[in-house]
Amino acid sequence: MTTPPAVTPALEIRNLSVALGGDRRHRLLRSVNLTVAPGEVHGLVGESGAGKSMIGKTVFGILPGAARVVEGEIHFHGRDILGLPKRELRTLRGREMALIPQDPLTALNPSRRIGPQITDRLVKILGHSQADANRRARALLDEVSIRDPDRVMRAYPHELSGGMRQRVLIAEAFVAEPKLIVADEPTTALDVTVQRRILGLIAAMQARHGAALLFVTHDLGVVAKVCQSVSVLFGGHVVEQGRTGDILAAPQTEYTRALLAATPRYDRPDAELTPVAPKITAALTLENEWADMQYAR
Amino acid sequence: MAEAFGAPRARAARPAPRLWLAGGWLFIVGIAALLAPLLAPHDPLYQDLFLNRLPPFWAAGAEPGYWLGTDSLGRDVLSRLIYGARIAFIVAFVAGTAACVIGATLGLLAGYFGGWTDRVISRIVDIWMAFPPVLFAILLVAVLGTGLLSVIIAIAVIDWTRFCRVVRAEAMQQRAMEYVDSARVAGFSRWRILAREVLPNVMPSIVVLLSLEMGIAVIVEAILSFVNLSISSDAPTWGGMIAEGRASIYQAWWVLVFPLVALFLTVLAFSQFGEGLKNRFDPVLR
Repeated sequence: MTTPPAVTPALEIRNLSVALGGDRRHRLLRSVNLTVAPGEVHGLVGESGAGKSMIGKTVFGILPGAARVVEGEIHFHGRDILGLPKRELRTLRGREMALIPQDPLTALNPSRRIGPQITDRLVKILGHSQADANRRARALLDEVSIRDPDRVMRAYPHELSGGMRQRVLIAEAFVAEPKLIVADEPTTALDVTVQRRILGLIAAMQARHGAALLFVTHDLGVVAKVCQSVSVLFGGHVVEQGRTGDILAAPQTEYTRALLAATPRYDRPDAELTPVAPKITAALTLENEWADMQYAR
Repeated sequence: MAEAFGAPRARAARPAPRLWLAGGWLFIVGIAALLAPLLAPHDPLYQDLFLNRLPPFWAAGAEPGYWLGTDSLGRDVLSRLIYGARIAFIVAFVAGTAACVIGATLGLLAGYFGGWTDRVISRIVDIWMAFPPVLFAILLVAVLGTGLLSVIIAIAVIDWTRFCRVVRAEAMQQRAMEYVDSARVAGFSRWRILAREVLPNVMPSIVVLLSLEMGIAVIVEAILSFVNLSISSDAPTWGGMIAEGRASIYQAWWVLVFPLVALFLTVLAFSQFGEGLKNRFDPVLR
């Protein structure tokens, strides 16, 4: 890919397949390859069910229910994390990775105050003193433009608005200076006016702190704005991958072209939108199923 | 854990008559149970056949000092009621708490871990609930022998399933929330997440259930006393008093009615107290 080989990638996913109950005939991710350089923002786009979030969940080892990794490797700064013992993986996650979740309404524990929810990781996993952690949390809340950090830290989640909570979650993600952050549709649950501000905020925080960012979204407009490189997914399969500029300017596959034509654009508000044609998705589905049959053999 | 229950600031205090009425009654009964030897005017076991079936204080023929009358063996009804509160409360708190701890723990494990843990625990609960509870209790006490401890064990062993089911469902629901994912990514162990993230959010339901369960424990104890399978037969229990009063309902209604009212109010108070507590302390509901 486009990453110079001299740099060890922050995240390198090789040939990753995830399947329900380990059954190779029903794959949720189909031999995904992906490289994210340190400090790079990589977008994962696709329709719902394309497996975008699944990639992030696999990296974190928080796959839901019966989903299992059936093949592939995930390297984090050169270390294969799928082979790591549980305890080590946990420490690694706590130190180096963070998640900006999708729904700010359920992503904070409703019965605990904001402050400890942000500082928990610093105090309990990384061994900072509580005073130290509070200072750091306050600084970060300030950085995400929360006006009265002390008040917010004493508040319960239900006392804050959705936008405020998402800011808190962004601050929480950066609190331990992680090397990799997965933002799982961080703006989907917010209304449009708040969306753009939050998006700008994530981009600014990422640039300032220099973490690699895996940005999951269904919105190519968002990708154009914040991502340097992008993977387009359909049915758990990477349809197209490359620098954002190249892909948006000259998409190589029919599916990406269709997805672009279906995305509203701020710079061309009058452009006509066309939904992705069923025959394109049908063809891709067929291709995926064929690949699965080959794979399961 | 303290911050999990703290009421948010800036909340207007709403009057909660349910909470105060129920709490008030439980407080009175609790004091009676605690200070029974000081409060009871007579020995609850002392029989005086010359003073049997005395009516309560307002009726003709009442004897001063015997406020709620005496039963057919001449024992003071008020004193027996007060000592009965003692047994009712001990059973309510010890058996209720025991059922709660067993049921909530298994429910949390089943709901949070899912998979075979859930399957095993849920099947046990299904089988357990297929037994008719009162018969099960009678059978257990018959096997264990009568006595306070047997009654407590019987109630705990039977009623933990009630907690298990509800807590399991709630734990499953909380587990699917993104804050649990966040905590996992932050590197916390499953046990810590269970204790610090999931449990506080299930706590309001546990409190309500526990309070309900205490009421149920009082009923079950009364039922067991009624069929003479609780504590020794002459021990002052509300159920036992009701059973004895039944024989003389036409000659001395008060022997039956007073323990019945005490039982009814106490069970009602327990359930209302739990609801009231939940409404007051659940930070999300309000």
